[in-house]
Amino acid sequence: MSDELLSDQTVEEMRELMARYPEARSALLPMLHLAQSAQGRITTEAINTCAELLELSAAEVSGVATFYTMYKRQPMGKHHVGVCTNTLCAVMGGDEIFDTLCDRLGVGNDETTDDGQITLERVECNAACDFAPVMMVNWEFFDNQTPESAVEVTEKLRAGEKVVSTRGAEITSWREAERVIAGFEDGLADQGPSAGPASLVGLEIASEQGWKAPEISAAGAVEKETDGD
Amino acid sequence: MTDTLTPVLSANWDQERSWTLEAYEAGGGYQALRKALTMNPDDIITMVKDEGLRGRGGAGFPTGMKWSFIPQDNPKPKYLVVNADEAEPGTCKDIPLMMASPHTLVEGIIISSRAIRAERAFVYIRGEVLHVIRRLRAAVREAYEAGHLGQNIHGSGQNLDLVIHTGAGAYICGEETALLDSLEGRRGQPRLRPPFPAVEGLYASPTVVNNVESIASVPSIIEGGTGWFSSMGTEKSKGYTLFSLSGHVAKPGQYEAPLGITLRQLLDLGGGMRDGSELKFWTPGGSSTPLLTAEHLDVPLDYESVGAVGSMLGTKAIQVFDQTTSVVRAVLRWTEFYKHESCGKCTPCREGTWWMTQTLTRLNEGKGQPGDVELLLDLCDNLLGRSFCALGDGATSPIMSAIKYFPQEFEAAMHTPSWELFPPANSTLFAKEVAQ
Repeated sequence: MSDELLSDQTVEEMRELMARYPEARSALLPMLHLAQSAQGRITTEAINTCAELLELSAAEVSGVATFYTMYKRQPMGKHHVGVCTNTLCAVMGGDEIFDTLCDRLGVGNDETTDDGQITLERVECNAACDFAPVMMVNWEFFDNQTPESAVEVTEKLRAGEKVVSTRGAEITSWREAERVIAGFEDGLADQGPSAGPASLVGLEIASEQGWKAPEISAAGAVEKETDGD
Repeated sequence: MTDTLTPVLSANWDQERSWTLEAYEAGGGYQALRKALTMNPDDIITMVKDEGLRGRGGAGFPTGMKWSFIPQDNPKPKYLVVNADEAEPGTCKDIPLMMASPHTLVEGIIISSRAIRAERAFVYIRGEVLHVIRRLRAAVREAYEAGHLGQNIHGSGQNLDLVIHTGAGAYICGEETALLDSLEGRRGQPRLRPPFPAVEGLYASPTVVNNVESIASVPSIIEGGTGWFSSMGTEKSKGYTLFSLSGHVAKPGQYEAPLGITLRQLLDLGGGMRDGSELKFWTPGGSSTPLLTAEHLDVPLDYESVGAVGSMLGTKAIQVFDQTTSVVRAVLRWTEFYKHESCGKCTPCREGTWWMTQTLTRLNEGKGQPGDVELLLDLCDNLLGRSFCALGDGATSPIMSAIKYFPQEFEAAMHTPSWELFPPANSTLFAKEVAQ
């Protein structure tokens, strides 16, 4: 499989990323995100281009590209599906979800389905433990999953049907997601809710009980509360 | 008396379109900034110091003191870097905060930058949270358009540029010096200290690195004024904070309360454990903090009290496991995580996490060998305090505490696999369906 060549526009956007920082090398991580968004993986061409733009050796760039797990050197499926199998999610059902998906998709960890639609990966804690077990699709949250719900999501993805994150936007593709991660907005920030249900649990209890933080006085100092009610 | 729960950071999370500038300002947002712009930077530092804010990223170091370490006579630019690389297993507070109310963080960044006299600030956010990145970028754009960011902010003479920087999948980048290397476009590997970032941080310039929640707490401290924030919490652990409850509890989620609340109180609020289950072990602040058990239900969750029982408050990420869970399986999985995430710079951590994983793997399979427990403790002894950063230390926490509280399970691991003693299906969220 041959890769598309990096376009002039992508190289221009790399320069744009470099200009955001006091020292251009700081843009390397975003540049690599952009490169794999454009080409579907980190190619030798991308490593050489980044090296040239930043006046680094290809080995230095390669050393960075191989250090971070989000950079993919193998061709990816249209969608990336990550199942959290760190301890808490694993115990809450993540292991079973991962095993079920392997079975149904006919792939193992870090492998892509024959139809090129899904690359499956075990991921580490994704900071959504109160929604365990958690699955990520193109780094969007799919909360409180079961083996059945996870299979349903992947089947819809493979069929090209509309899939929406449980507290995010409509799923696009891994490559489009990588472009946003690299630093370019896609206009979807206003989709989805403010928060998922678990994020609001404490707030709801406080509201039922009439609990709140101490009042702030007009003078900006705390009111002395009088006891004895 | 302060109320049991005190939503401040989470207070607007249920508001319509809470992530937008319009909704944030309608709820009084950016008023603290207006106030701070009239304050002398040193007075902002003093207020944050006096109110007792301590770092919410795990270490609990006093935030105002960290700010005061910035050498203002150093001619180099000063930088504020927000650590939004939330990845400590169990920790899930900064991500919902930035998703629901990114402007709280942006406002905190502008005020904190004024305090330390930084004209450039960065948010280092992990790459694996697409929608949160979208919301943050949109918030920064809105803040520029409203004149909260940029040159001569609201005529104050203060300038600030803010860049949202994404990571690329590496737990180690939550460690502040590894984060700085990563932000400089390198592999995320910790630096030897001293020099500390306050003296030589980003681009070898004076740099403050603070957690999202710490910086997001600053606007309320400024708005609250003298004595407000410090009226909550305990004597040495002041203020409110987000406690993140997860696992085998009836109502997992975010609970914002004064420091010093107990796990028993938190569980009572949320209807206790899930149906018919008993608390077996829990982490008070992520997997790098030693496990506690049911005997610690009444320990006040503040920095001192949790430390006094041999653990750490950490990120207040309370992961709760019930009697269906094998502690050997849980500890193996955490150890595999540390092995996967060790950056490889220091030998004790790079090699030790591999050896510990091998030993725990055979214990989990019921194939433990005589002396394995002693071997694990010896490995922990060879890791603890022997690397550049705390990742290796963190890796020893679950192992040593699990052996301390559940020695019988490690003995059983000499002959019986964990999955026979504790069938994994019983632990899952959907266990009831499985049992039928």
